[in-house]
Amino acid sequence: MNLLIKNGHIIDPADNREGIADILIQDGRIMQVDQNIPVSPDVELIDATGQLVVPGLIDMHTHLREPGYEYKETIQTGTMSAAAGGFTTVCCMPNTKPVNDSQSVTEFILHKACTEGVVNVLPVGAITKGCNGDEITEMGELKKAGCIAVSDDGKPVMNSLVMRRALEYAKMFKLPVISHCEDLSLSKDGVINEGRISTELGLMGIPNASEDVMVSRDIALAELTGGHIHIAHVSTRGTVDLILRAKENGINVTSETCPHYLVLTDDAVRGYNTNTKMKPPLRTWKDVEAVRKGLHDGTIDAIATDHAPHSQEEKEREFDYAPFGIVGLETALPLIFRLVEEGVLTLRELVLLMSLNPARILGIDKGNLVIGATADITVINPNTTWVVETVNLKSKSKNTPFEGWKMRGKVSYTIVGGRVVYRNGR
Amino acid sequence: MELNSKDLLEIKELSGDEINYILDTAVSFKEVTGRDIKKVPTLRGKTVVNLFFEPSTRTRTSFELAAKRLSADVINFSVSTSSVTKGETLLDTARNIEAMRSDFIVIRHPASGAPHILAKNLRSSVINAGDGAHEHPTQALLDMFTIKEKKGRIEGLKIAIIGDIAHSRVARSNIYGLTKLGAEVRLVGPPALIPMDIESLGVSVFYNLEDALKDVDVIMVLRLQLERQGINYFPTTREYAWLYSINTERVRLAKDDVMIMHPGPINRGIEISPEVADGLSSVILEQVTNGIAVRMAVLYLLSGYGERVV
Repeated sequence: MNLLIKNGHIIDPADNREGIADILIQDGRIMQVDQNIPVSPDVELIDATGQLVVPGLIDMHTHLREPGYEYKETIQTGTMSAAAGGFTTVCCMPNTKPVNDSQSVTEFILHKACTEGVVNVLPVGAITKGCNGDEITEMGELKKAGCIAVSDDGKPVMNSLVMRRALEYAKMFKLPVISHCEDLSLSKDGVINEGRISTELGLMGIPNASEDVMVSRDIALAELTGGHIHIAHVSTRGTVDLILRAKENGINVTSETCPHYLVLTDDAVRGYNTNTKMKPPLRTWKDVEAVRKGLHDGTIDAIATDHAPHSQEEKEREFDYAPFGIVGLETALPLIFRLVEEGVLTLRELVLLMSLNPARILGIDKGNLVIGATADITVINPNTTWVVETVNLKSKSKNTPFEGWKMRGKVSYTIVGGRVVYRNGR
Repeated sequence: MELNSKDLLEIKELSGDEINYILDTAVSFKEVTGRDIKKVPTLRGKTVVNLFFEPSTRTRTSFELAAKRLSADVINFSVSTSSVTKGETLLDTARNIEAMRSDFIVIRHPASGAPHILAKNLRSSVINAGDGAHEHPTQALLDMFTIKEKKGRIEGLKIAIIGDIAHSRVARSNIYGLTKLGAEVRLVGPPALIPMDIESLGVSVFYNLEDALKDVDVIMVLRLQLERQGINYFPTTREYAWLYSINTERVRLAKDDVMIMHPGPINRGIEISPEVADGLSSVILEQVTNGIAVRMAVLYLLSGYGERVV
């Protein structure tokens, strides 16, 4: 079925286009972007009057949990959650069981994504075998099988020589190395940000320095090797400074942050809600301000969710024993919409950060609405207000700190390769 | 005045008036514990469960005696920490206990915030008997009771708390309570054992013990967790004792009528010298005695909440 999206407010930074127009989709590709494209009976019509039409959102940091942790999430439920959140592409992290450190696991994920998934799934392979930090993986084979980046996400590569070799090796295949920056000896038993709140709650703290130290190391290694380092989930003001300086010096560094680091502080941990426990931890307002500024001035290139589903049983524990991580695919867009409403970001920046820039970092031909492009498109009603209720989440897991939050802006259609995979409410 | 709460989780959530109300109530219970027949029928037919996930003799016994002197039935339920990480969750354990119709659950747990999970999910009154490095409210109440009993007041007193503040729930509860009642609180210890931004709670921080002890009315010595040595909080107990041990000479820096407190158990010769622990200024054993009266008061006041609701 061909599609005609009519009268939407199109935002396409790749083509420098912003304004009302129609988009005609044929055979899964964008055929025409123009004013007043005539309606014809063999075309399904989407009336996008008063709505935003943007290139499909790309989440470069998702945990789909399959294989191995299907009780938390599957490729099916995770991609349904993505579709509901307006994401047409997700990049799934390799810390599954078994770890995605080989062609066979990558192929399994892609096969599942093809048969059960509803959005594009691009696997991220491991940097080291088993994510153990010791021996680098066969990155050539991973790339050939379909991996678009490498990462040991969830764990840092603590051995600096291993990280050096990984950056050198990945460079050959133009694979970005996505680094979870955490000095484990500094974060140790920490479960929340180290500061006033950790002191008050009697919880062990993770200092900003645990992130800053590793970002500093990774930037030095990127400079040494010429490899592409991508700093995952930036949470501290120190990291923002370090990346800014590295970029000024022409080092091949890109970075992402997550919605929760833009709207929450460690204050949210009061009351010991384990859905406020993630790594890196929620920081202070000073950090939030610096990260917001970094997004606006281009220091931080992308917004990713770090969607990290965990079951209710796992999260309904003592704070110290609950696993790190929160779901994020279905709340990311409205949270970033908040920042647009507050004047922190423009709509164009939102599209850059959530679609075009991730595509550029990963070197994939997505994130645009040019003629001939695969029709991955998100239609958003900016005026719909709704309340986050965990029962309505498509994700198998419900570990969100945003339950009960009033949101503005909701996805009305998610279109992947010309097919509508999500309609508001369904 | 009443204590309008089902649970006692934190001193932080109490007002100064509420703290004083508990302390005043404890005065009459102390009279009971001094009698020949140390028992009143106040909580007859009620069940108190001591749910301890950490070894403790003193606190558990104190709660047990407090409950028994109020004529409640007491069950002690010790859970080894090894079974905490696998198998039954805390909430499941507690729900099973409540299914046996408990009225009070007294919980001691190595994880901060664990009592809050129970309080949120159970009908029973939950009393925090120490959670991780967070709070130990009844210890602070008995400390404040002891100070008030000896000094007649808390307001305006200079009180030094010495040792591992970072990992101490006793310190946190005392900081909240003593500052609410108007004391000047000084914290003393090496930087690694002083948690970040603690000054925001209205206390001052000293690394030098001699400076901190000048003119204080109360010296509160914390137990040094010996296992902290060697993971670089401090190099050796030898050097710690040299810098921070409370000995006769150092006590002289304080006011003449200074009182010496310690929540126990004591590491003699490390954080406190035997002469001081056993000396005339020491109230360490009185703290233990007062603990029962204070816990009786807490059980009694919380039992009132249930009756009002029913």
